[in-house]
Amino acid sequence: MYDVPHGRNEVAVTDVKITARNVQVYYGDTHAIKDVNVEIESNTVTAFIGPSGCGKSTFLRCINRMNDTIDICRVEGDIRIDGDDIYDKRVDPVQLRAKVGMVFQKPNPFPKSIYDNVAYGPKIHGMARNKAELDDIVERALRRGAIWDEVKDRLQSPGTGLSGGQQQRLCIARAVATEPEVLLMDEPCSALDPIATAQVEELIDELRQNYAVVIVTHSMQQAARVSQKTAFFHLGNLVEYDDTTKIFTNPEDSRTESYITGRIG
Amino acid sequence: MTDITPEQTGSNRSRSSTELVRQSLARRNRKQKVLQGFGIAAIFFALSMLVILVGSLISTGYPAFTQTHVELEVFVDPEEVDTENLSRGNYDDMIAASLGAYFPDVDMSSRIASREVTQVLSSGAQLKLRDRVLADPSLIGETITIKVPASDNFDQLNKGLIKRDTPEENRRLNDAAIANFDTLDAAGVISAPLNTTLITSADSRFPELAGLKGALVGSFWALLVCFVISFPLGIGAAIYLEEFAPKNRLSDIIEININNLAAVPSVVFGLLALAVFLNWFGMPRSAPIVGGLTLALMTLPTIIIATRAALKAVPPSIREAALGVGASKQQVVFHHVLPLAMPGILTGTIIGMAQALGETAPLLLIGMNAFITSAPSGPFDSATALPTQIFIWADSPERGFVSRTSAAILVLLTFLIFMNAIAIYLRSRFERKW
Ligand SMILES: Nc1ncnc2c1ncn2[C@@H]1O[C@H](COP(=O)(O)OP(=O)(O)OP(=O)(O)O)[C@@H](O)[C@H]1O
Ligand SMILES: [Mg+2]
Repeated sequence: MYDVPHGRNEVAVTDVKITARNVQVYYGDTHAIKDVNVEIESNTVTAFIGPSGCGKSTFLRCINRMNDTIDICRVEGDIRIDGDDIYDKRVDPVQLRAKVGMVFQKPNPFPKSIYDNVAYGPKIHGMARNKAELDDIVERALRRGAIWDEVKDRLQSPGTGLSGGQQQRLCIARAVATEPEVLLMDEPCSALDPIATAQVEELIDELRQNYAVVIVTHSMQQAARVSQKTAFFHLGNLVEYDDTTKIFTNPEDSRTESYITGRIG
Repeated sequence: MTDITPEQTGSNRSRSSTELVRQSLARRNRKQKVLQGFGIAAIFFALSMLVILVGSLISTGYPAFTQTHVELEVFVDPEEVDTENLSRGNYDDMIAASLGAYFPDVDMSSRIASREVTQVLSSGAQLKLRDRVLADPSLIGETITIKVPASDNFDQLNKGLIKRDTPEENRRLNDAAIANFDTLDAAGVISAPLNTTLITSADSRFPELAGLKGALVGSFWALLVCFVISFPLGIGAAIYLEEFAPKNRLSDIIEININNLAAVPSVVFGLLALAVFLNWFGMPRSAPIVGGLTLALMTLPTIIIATRAALKAVPPSIREAALGVGASKQQVVFHHVLPLAMPGILTGTIIGMAQALGETAPLLLIGMNAFITSAPSGPFDSATALPTQIFIWADSPERGFVSRTSAAILVLLTFLIFMNAIAIYLRSRFERKW
């Protein structure tokens, strides 16, 4: 059905990084995530696909407790990273978010310089001992965000002055600068041109060597290209979760098949 | 549009909807015109009121910016000065003697006869001479040239505010007094330089000696105290309420109360200050420290509301971005939200301070309308403030205070316009597009 390239989709024997059990999310009275169970593996790219409003972003934001910031949002169930319950009272969400980086659906650079955007995370976590180290971290992050060549001559100009796609790659650079173990990406390529998209996909594949990457995408091709595992959400339910190759060639659920062939969405 | 005939559009429905839009468009345009008309009329009305206000202030106030002076050649008679104590000396006699040179017919040694002539000068004239001699005792025995202020009535005469064609019995100056003034004028010793006294002196019973220094310094101390208290407290309270406080009944009640506090009439704060600061804590009457505390009570809600609005205006995506890289709540607020909200906070603060600068009623209640002839040297000294000084002068019977009241209002307005200009500058300079 989809042209699945070889190599990237090979599923290695990996450890489970994130376990979600019976997760329910409510926005006030709206039941946005209904009883989701999933195991996300390390050294793997997991794609979340599904029609708009089905709860992909909501579930993604549960993994770094970003939903805590929404007053009306209530999360039930059990989410564990490396076996530790992240909703445990003793867990500080600040520490969790340093471990679980996030790229948001809309690019949101700080209204500061490009350099400061990337350097902020490493700075507050004390990752650099001096300016030279910080410079190295910033350069490395910007290179991995596939934006170094475009901004290396104007690191001090404001990040908000970049184009939408450049801003999104800056946000990716900012997220990887803190060396998270899990990287959550909410439609990171929706504002990017094909070349930048290819660069970001390259980055995602590279990040997989060390991290667990979860990516929300509306592009079936992208899910097929970069991910090893795919989860299909529909109306708040996790309908199907399996190897990407399996989902795109031989889905079990009829809704999955309808969606990837373009009949619902 | 008009060249599309029903046949061409092919469909009845689209033709009728075009027609409907066309019909309603005329009505909508008419409504918009009416609204614009009202808007322009309202702006015109407001502007003309402003022009009338400022125009009348300037036309009554401008004479106060000059002051009639008389230039005298005074012989500092060593016999009249007490060399032991320079401030004790018959300086008024020396002045009278020098004035006598222009009036050979008047016996200046007679107090009653000389009074007719010396009334041209302000009673502050001898003080001016005394201060010159005190500053430089080597002048004793010399003849010096000194410019002394004319008294209020003659100042008014010189400015044309006392009219010569008014019948003598209705005039504050009789013909003889006017003749004396004209003699001096003919001798070329009358001049009307810029009235620096208005800024450099404190209050006085005599308009020609009265100035705003006491009020300006008093207002400065009061505003400083007000700022030092209300700015940190206001921002702190706003940050807590907006960013950290749990959203529940209690915080709702607090919010409502703060909003109500901003609407409480200022005189109530004055009564509160009178009861608490003066009667209970026994703080000094008429002191800028109490005035500042009272004004701080009033400014606090303004700053809290402005700060909360500014914090709220920072888009949530910035907070999420910072939280997403692992910033703590407090780091999010102090590294990102607060700096972005600062222009709005400063604007609100300046507007609050401008309100405080113009506030009168609470200061009257704590006695900052006392008659004080020297500028305060600190926030604990008795003082007036600009608006209360205006209140005092407006209440004074002397003619000279009429124009000085307007002049003082103009000075106050200048400060207010200046502060508002800073607020507008900050707002436009740091306005951000996210
Ligand atoms: N802050 C919120 N307050 C209330 N309801 C919300 C909020 N955010 C999301 N929802 C609701 O939760 C449901 C899931 O939203 P979510 O943003 O997770 O969808 P999504 O799958 O990411 O969609 P998209 O592909 O369009 O980004 C939607 O019905 C939405 O209306
Ligand atoms: Mg989404």
